[in-house]
Amino acid sequence: MSDTTTEPPLTPEPDAAAPAAPDEAIPAGFDDGQDHIGLVHHTATGLSNTKLAMWLFLGSECLLFGGLISTYMLYRNRQGDALGPDQLWDIPFTSATSFVLLMSSLTMVLSVSAAKRKDERGTRLWLTVTALLGGLFLAGQVYEFTVFYREGLGYTTSLFSSSFYTLTGFHGVHVAVGIIMLLALVGMLAKGRIVGDKAETVEMVGLYWHFVDVVWIVIFTLVYLVPA
Amino acid sequence: MAIIERPSDTPALAGTSGVVTPSSSYGYFRRPVESTGWKSWAFTVDHKKIGIMYGVSAMVFFFIGGFEALLIRLQLAQPDGTILSADKYNQMFTMHATTMVFLFVMPMAAAFANYMMPLQIGARDVAFPRLNALSFWTFIFGGIFINTSWFLGGAADGGWFMYAPNSSVPFSPTNGVDFWTLGLLMTGVASQVGAVNLIVTALNMRAPGMTLMRMPIFTWMALVVQFLLLFAIPIITVALFLLLFQRNFDATFFNVAEGADPLLWQHLFWLFGHPEVYILVLPSFGIISEVLPTFSRKPLFGYPFVVFSGAAIGLVGFGVWAHHMFAAGLGPISVAVFSVATMAIAVPTGVKIINWTLTMWGGKLWFSTAMLFAVGLIVQFTVGGLSGVTHAVAPSDTQQTDTYYIVAHFHYVIFGGAVLGLFAGIYYWWPKVFGKMLNETWGRWNFWLMIIGMNLTFGPMHIIGLQGQPRRMYVWTENRAGEGFFNLGFWNLVSTIGSFILGVGALLFLVNIWVSRKNPPAPADPWDARSLEWITQNPPKEHNFDRTPTIHALDEFFHRKYEDVGEDGQHDYKQVRTGEQVIAEEEANADAHIHLPSPSYWPIILSFGMLVVCYGVIYSFLLLAVGAAICILALFGWALEPPTADDSEFDPPSDGGQPSKELAHV
Amino acid sequence: MSSDTELSTTGDAVEHDATANDDLYHHEISDKTYILIALFLAVLTAMEVAVTEIAGMPEALLIPSLLIMMVIKFFVVVSYFMHLKHDSALFKFGFYIGLGGAIVLYSVMLTTFHFFLA
Repeated sequence: MSDTTTEPPLTPEPDAAAPAAPDEAIPAGFDDGQDHIGLVHHTATGLSNTKLAMWLFLGSECLLFGGLISTYMLYRNRQGDALGPDQLWDIPFTSATSFVLLMSSLTMVLSVSAAKRKDERGTRLWLTVTALLGGLFLAGQVYEFTVFYREGLGYTTSLFSSSFYTLTGFHGVHVAVGIIMLLALVGMLAKGRIVGDKAETVEMVGLYWHFVDVVWIVIFTLVYLVPA
Repeated sequence: MAIIERPSDTPALAGTSGVVTPSSSYGYFRRPVESTGWKSWAFTVDHKKIGIMYGVSAMVFFFIGGFEALLIRLQLAQPDGTILSADKYNQMFTMHATTMVFLFVMPMAAAFANYMMPLQIGARDVAFPRLNALSFWTFIFGGIFINTSWFLGGAADGGWFMYAPNSSVPFSPTNGVDFWTLGLLMTGVASQVGAVNLIVTALNMRAPGMTLMRMPIFTWMALVVQFLLLFAIPIITVALFLLLFQRNFDATFFNVAEGADPLLWQHLFWLFGHPEVYILVLPSFGIISEVLPTFSRKPLFGYPFVVFSGAAIGLVGFGVWAHHMFAAGLGPISVAVFSVATMAIAVPTGVKIINWTLTMWGGKLWFSTAMLFAVGLIVQFTVGGLSGVTHAVAPSDTQQTDTYYIVAHFHYVIFGGAVLGLFAGIYYWWPKVFGKMLNETWGRWNFWLMIIGMNLTFGPMHIIGLQGQPRRMYVWTENRAGEGFFNLGFWNLVSTIGSFILGVGALLFLVNIWVSRKNPPAPADPWDARSLEWITQNPPKEHNFDRTPTIHALDEFFHRKYEDVGEDGQHDYKQVRTGEQVIAEEEANADAHIHLPSPSYWPIILSFGMLVVCYGVIYSFLLLAVGAAICILALFGWALEPPTADDSEFDPPSDGGQPSKELAHV
Repeated sequence: MSSDTELSTTGDAVEHDATANDDLYHHEISDKTYILIALFLAVLTAMEVAVTEIAGMPEALLIPSLLIMMVIKFFVVVSYFMHLKHDSALFKFGFYIGLGGAIVLYSVMLTTFHFFLA
């Protein structure tokens, strides 16, 4: 899943006489001569490599979605005589799918919480529910797009349509990738194939998932609710 | 993360070769174990090997891009040239720029960042070694992909900035632009992934005692560059996807008839494009900030100022993009705002020039080839910076834009700035990386011919630009060439001759490599340098440092060799150890636990999958599906594979002793 | 990092020097709180939709209120579900620079398109 540290599977419990707890900010590679079996690397900031990487990545994703959103905002009124937002949006339906995605964030966070408690079944359960809710959201998107298409909003119909489908399409792809990651995680947890800290891995996937939700929070408001 | 403490009964000294059978992927086939031969390069995750591969690839592309430039200059040497048709000319300047920017300067800077950053911070590798390999393979496949367009219907022809709607199918009907778009998406992935990797490395993997303000200056500049990449690449990614969808799925983003605004492309491109030029030049600034102190026998003057001005350049660099659009019709308010912002960015750059000059002032100057290139950067970049200041003034830029005056500017800053700095780094760090010194006499010829060549090539462009010769025109004509001193014909010819001198100068670099290949081994510390990467063998062992050093000061290596015996606030440094002695001391206290990440198939397989996807987008949906399948397979293989081979997977040695946990010594 | 699980199971029992990560271990949010937060987000979403239904609401009032609610939801998810509020400043730096940069840069771009002129 990521280049987290490897914990050898047959690790004995950390030696009771071993010095400071692993979160002490002992910089990378530091060797104090003690046997640190089972304790992971230390980093110069005391922070996890993977978590830092994920937050940096999410910061960069803001620029990706920002570009797509601004393209949409620029082109949202450029449909000429063709269909525009007012004729197309089914706000109750989209509110429902948005609610579903929002709840999936809740179930994701419950999964992380379970992982921290080492509740393995709970972790996998909530991850699966999250994936299902994400799938439901995507199904709603697909349905919505099908309706729009039948009503005459194709990808190439107008600037508005191209921008709309591209923005929501990118988001949808991110959701789909998220669902795959969630399900893969469930499988790997079940088979014990997670290297490193399980709770951290769940948390990483969670960060990605929440970000996808947060992008939708912005899209829902700017695209669907703000009048054209 | 690469480094894990592991129990080992045998001290990890150089030369200990353990027998390794790393874990199996999917439970079926073994991970790669080779430590020699092509497989040890194809599946490596060692930052040093990856750095070398970046450097070699970048050099190849340098000469390809240079060849393209010579063809352009040949075409323009005389009026109504016939060497290149208009169409070929468009492809030539597009590919020359794309190659030089994305396939030479950026990867060469990545070569240095990859090789040197872990060494400079006392780490054994980067934070995510397999991602590092992925970055390299994605870059090289992307670069090859773009260049296959030459043979597959024609290269991209819209300029490296690929303005819309000129880049759309009606105006660029061959697949060239699609090759360009997809190839840059690939290299963009490489840069993005590398940015995350190196930022985490610089922040998290510094040796004990190395605070941020004790980090070597090259690492600082490289860190700033990674932040620029992190935030700029997504912007061009958006632009590239919009263009891709426009060309392949008839989206309307740049379709003016539908109401599209061509400026959207320009904004998105330059929002990336301006930080991009600082991405190009900051690594070289970092390199000469290492070279100048070493060869002035003085510390870098105003280290904190150099650090903060680097960060300031990065930050302000994001705020000036529309100065590439002064003539696009933005309106006076926008133009004025960006004009002022652009003038502001000259300030931190000036700070650096002052610091470099003051570093040299009063120092005991040693003009090695590396130092020549470093000083050359200061002089030549300043020339480019001065013309840049004239562009910042929007009214005068309106005169200059789209003329050769701009071409002069950016070649002075890119060639005179970024490229000279890269060559300084090559000459400086060559003994460390390859264990041999480059020949100084050939180096001088290399340097001077490049300097003479570049000034003869790009100097006259200021003149012909102000005389009105436009960019991107495949011919100029006699009856518009003007008279007397400003005759375009004369200066175009001078420029062409200069470009060939430059080409010869560049070739001398290759000659230098060749004649130096049989040199005796270089000393570990040939330049009496100051920073941490020199506390290693030539070339460094696979695990870099026998003992992770503890840092007590900036310029740690210098302070271990020289002690301050001055009195009353005066500094008087006496040498107490040689470089070799410092290294020997570290080796005598080797860490008992040294561990390295294991090689892996998945990075190169994933990159290959992306390559297949790209060809699939252009040619066949089936191919795309195959490529996607390879990618998914590789991603799962990667996820299921531990970053380092497991304890239980190491074979016991034949002498019946305890398993050694060391990977074979390279 | 295994440190996360170690400390969350043993609470404060393990001695350790203060690190940037300290807050993380002393601010475990309970499941119940998460559910309440989710409820709050759902209510806010409902309010957003309701506000658009109000007939005769002037745009000058509608758009800011929608944006404010959107921003609140955004930061609640980021701060609590993504735990950023109680996490290291370095994570905040990495994310908010990207977010802030995106907002500023793209707003400037849209301004040059006269987007914000009603």
